[in-house]
Amino acid sequence: MYDYGFFSYDSKEDMLERSRAFWNPDKTDFWQDAGIDLVIDRREGYLFWDMAGRRLIDLHLNGGTYNLGHRNPELIATLEQAMQHFDIGNHHFPALARTALAEALVKTASPNMRRVIYGSGGGEAVDIALKTARHTKQRRKIVSIIKAYHGHTGVAVGTGDERFSKLFLSDHPDEFVQVPFNDLNAMEDALRGRDVAGVIMETIPATYGFPLPEPGYLQAVKRLCEEYDTLYIADEVQTGLMRTGEMWGISKAGVEPDIMVIGKGITGGMYPIACVVVSEECSAWLKEDGFGHISTGGGGELGCVVSLKVLEICGRPEVRSMVHYIAERFQQGLRQIQEIYPDWFIGIRQDGVVMGLEFNHPTGAKIVMKHLYAHGVWAIFSTLDPRILQFKPGILLSPELVDEILDRTEVAIGKAYAEFKAGSRQAVTA
Amino acid sequence: MTVIEIDRREPPGAARAAMMLQRAHWAAELFARYDIERVRRILDAVAQAAEAHAERYAEWAVEETGMGVVEHKVIKNVACSRDLWARYRDHDYVSPRTLDDDKVLELPRPAGVVFALTPTTNPIATTYFKVLLALMTRNAIVVSPHPGAKAVCADAVRVLSDAAVQAGAPDGCIQVVEEPSIPLIEALMTDQTTDVIVATGGNAVVRAAYRSGNPAIGVGPGNVPSFLDATADIPAAARLIVESKSFDNSILCTNESAVIVEEEAADQLVRELGRAGAHVCSPEEVELVRERLFPEGRMRLDLIGKDATVLAEEAGLKVAPTTRVIVAPFSLVVPEEPLAREKLFPVLGLVRVPNTRAGISAAQAMLRITGAGHSASIHSTRAQTIMEYGAAVKVLRVSVNVGNSLGSAGVLTNLAPTMTIGTGFYGRSSLGENLEPRHLVNWTRVAYNADRSVPFDDFAGMQPWRLDAVRHASAPAPAAEAAPAVETDLLREEVRRLILEELKELTRQ
Repeated sequence: MYDYGFFSYDSKEDMLERSRAFWNPDKTDFWQDAGIDLVIDRREGYLFWDMAGRRLIDLHLNGGTYNLGHRNPELIATLEQAMQHFDIGNHHFPALARTALAEALVKTASPNMRRVIYGSGGGEAVDIALKTARHTKQRRKIVSIIKAYHGHTGVAVGTGDERFSKLFLSDHPDEFVQVPFNDLNAMEDALRGRDVAGVIMETIPATYGFPLPEPGYLQAVKRLCEEYDTLYIADEVQTGLMRTGEMWGISKAGVEPDIMVIGKGITGGMYPIACVVVSEECSAWLKEDGFGHISTGGGGELGCVVSLKVLEICGRPEVRSMVHYIAERFQQGLRQIQEIYPDWFIGIRQDGVVMGLEFNHPTGAKIVMKHLYAHGVWAIFSTLDPRILQFKPGILLSPELVDEILDRTEVAIGKAYAEFKAGSRQAVTA
Repeated sequence: MTVIEIDRREPPGAARAAMMLQRAHWAAELFARYDIERVRRILDAVAQAAEAHAERYAEWAVEETGMGVVEHKVIKNVACSRDLWARYRDHDYVSPRTLDDDKVLELPRPAGVVFALTPTTNPIATTYFKVLLALMTRNAIVVSPHPGAKAVCADAVRVLSDAAVQAGAPDGCIQVVEEPSIPLIEALMTDQTTDVIVATGGNAVVRAAYRSGNPAIGVGPGNVPSFLDATADIPAAARLIVESKSFDNSILCTNESAVIVEEEAADQLVRELGRAGAHVCSPEEVELVRERLFPEGRMRLDLIGKDATVLAEEAGLKVAPTTRVIVAPFSLVVPEEPLAREKLFPVLGLVRVPNTRAGISAAQAMLRITGAGHSASIHSTRAQTIMEYGAAVKVLRVSVNVGNSLGSAGVLTNLAPTMTIGTGFYGRSSLGENLEPRHLVNWTRVAYNADRSVPFDDFAGMQPWRLDAVRHASAPAPAAEAAPAVETDLLREEVRRLILEELKELTRQ
């Protein structure tokens, strides 16, 4: 009997059965089939425990949501205190915490940024960003990257892989153009017609396995946007909040976006909100018809108070210092592992603690993921490029935990390699 | 108007300060792999930066704390930067060493993160001292200055940190708690990331360090007896005592508290003290001193580190403007006699005793009241007396024929130069010596089979630690400023209260 106070399950099997019955049968089965029988129970810092009691180190962090760790004590205290005075507030009126967070966010962003529009999650924020671009330029067309991922809401889903839009008959190929990442010619071709509202890009595309932008690529795209009169929308959901060693990955790249989308980690997994920071030019609809986008939960004020704290923590010099130490330790440790398995572990993509590990098999990361899980580490493969394992450590890790992660990773990669070799031998004999 | 009163479960700044320890922990991990050349380069730079600012910080410290004498603080600041490093530059707390006969390889292992508390009386000298010691032993250090000297200390730590990092030290290896408070300090002392606490300050803070559950080096208060027998060179002794007692207006804990003099030499000593710049009080004047400088038997905290002329004015004494020390004769060393206790201003007790035996007894009596384990001084040319005195007084250092302020601190003797005087078991401390670098490093002993037939290995030229390319975390600042801190500063009133509380501790029974 697992009694969680608010609800209970007879056993883990009972839980999974009811998950299939009442929640999502395919997703439930997918993980069981992949050898990941995880039901997350207790969480603390960069650790969580499966229902069965197994301890796991979280290197998925829900894409950076738990950048500061699960149930960060400072954020818990902040939310608890905020609840003594606030709730989500009212989306129609000038709001205390929304305004305070907006001001703080604008201060951290590039100098051209002016205002903040709120959503309740990253998808909605991307919808807002795209609608804002369309209003600003009075055009419908949006350019994104092939294998991009910007969420699954009505507008945003069009920017991503058609697997997710066609399923719901929500693909609009006439309005959404996709070009390969790191291909400036293709980008220029897409923009040349001057009929594009905006280009949306993750600074490092996460779900595509964090391919790093080639030096100068992002800046060149920004120049193309200027040349062909379109907007640059930076999706900073996974690269913001010090994960690249700077507050925003796009600032580190030296690009001033017209619109910046922030989500996930901004509320540390405590009370979700998402934010869209916009330039003066992109603020036009906020002056013309401020009721243009309404979201009851968007910028819920409890989330705003937590976000203020998140920004304050991320802005501490201690955090900057630690991110660099952590990134460096991982870089050294992963290279050492790579030296042992050079023909299996073929690439390390890294910018700060944003990392993708590349394996020499079309679904290599799924094999590694399984062995990592068996060895106490939870890291997820890249849905849109399963050769790549997303390796996303937190920014407040201790040296001891980093070393432990590296130890476990080395063993897991070794076991995955053995499985891969056995597999290729079978393939040859077959 | 305050709309929301934030109810804090932790002292303000605790989370941020704990993060400083974490950052220091990362720095220490890297620092522990540095070799001796790198360490020396860092110390060359840091000692130089510290010396270059010795005067500026001496002035600033006197201004901020209202205590001490600028020119003396300059001396201490130089002693704790250039001189300290000169003394230890040839020492090595970094490289492996072998004891070939014992077949033992010894590898130095730094403590890690040193949490250092520095006092308001010697803010900069102590900060310099502890930072240099930490660097010599490859430790990261987080300095928590006394609230009464926090501005000057924070500035000094930043200067030392910049110099260190520029010379190749790991980012974050020297940090400072900018808004210290007692609850915050207690939180940091008990933090698991703190590897050792080095506490210099009031008794309260030292006891808290030992209660923390973390390894701690904390030291007790002083109350220095200085015994003169008839064999002493009286004029020289008088000069040295006045020099020492007036040094930085007595705020070194090694300053002489009372002179105990053999009757036979007493009149001459009194004359010579006068000649050396002391004002020797009449019995009426002693009453005024007791009444006005020690109301209800307690040293006035607002007079700590003040000039002798200021003290004279407060006491209502008429003294020469050149007076450096006020000497107050008294007859009996007993707990209710305020003049028999530690005096952190230039008032010096004077007790006449009939003979050496009584002199030693009087010194013992002073140390029964307070100051056990700390220091004593003797002026004598008779070796037997010097030895008997040393064996009788319950202290762990006795300076001989030298001013004690700088004598027991190792500046004028060959004791380890220090700003932290270990008071040992007598003084409820884990440290019985003057704090020096070797106290901040442990050694791993790699020991071979003692059997003579088993050979030892030759480790010459081997490097135990590999330092991969060091990149510095102090990367360029972000394009835009960070969000404002949600925390608010401690109220000024609160700080004042804390300072007074701690100063009271200094004079407590």
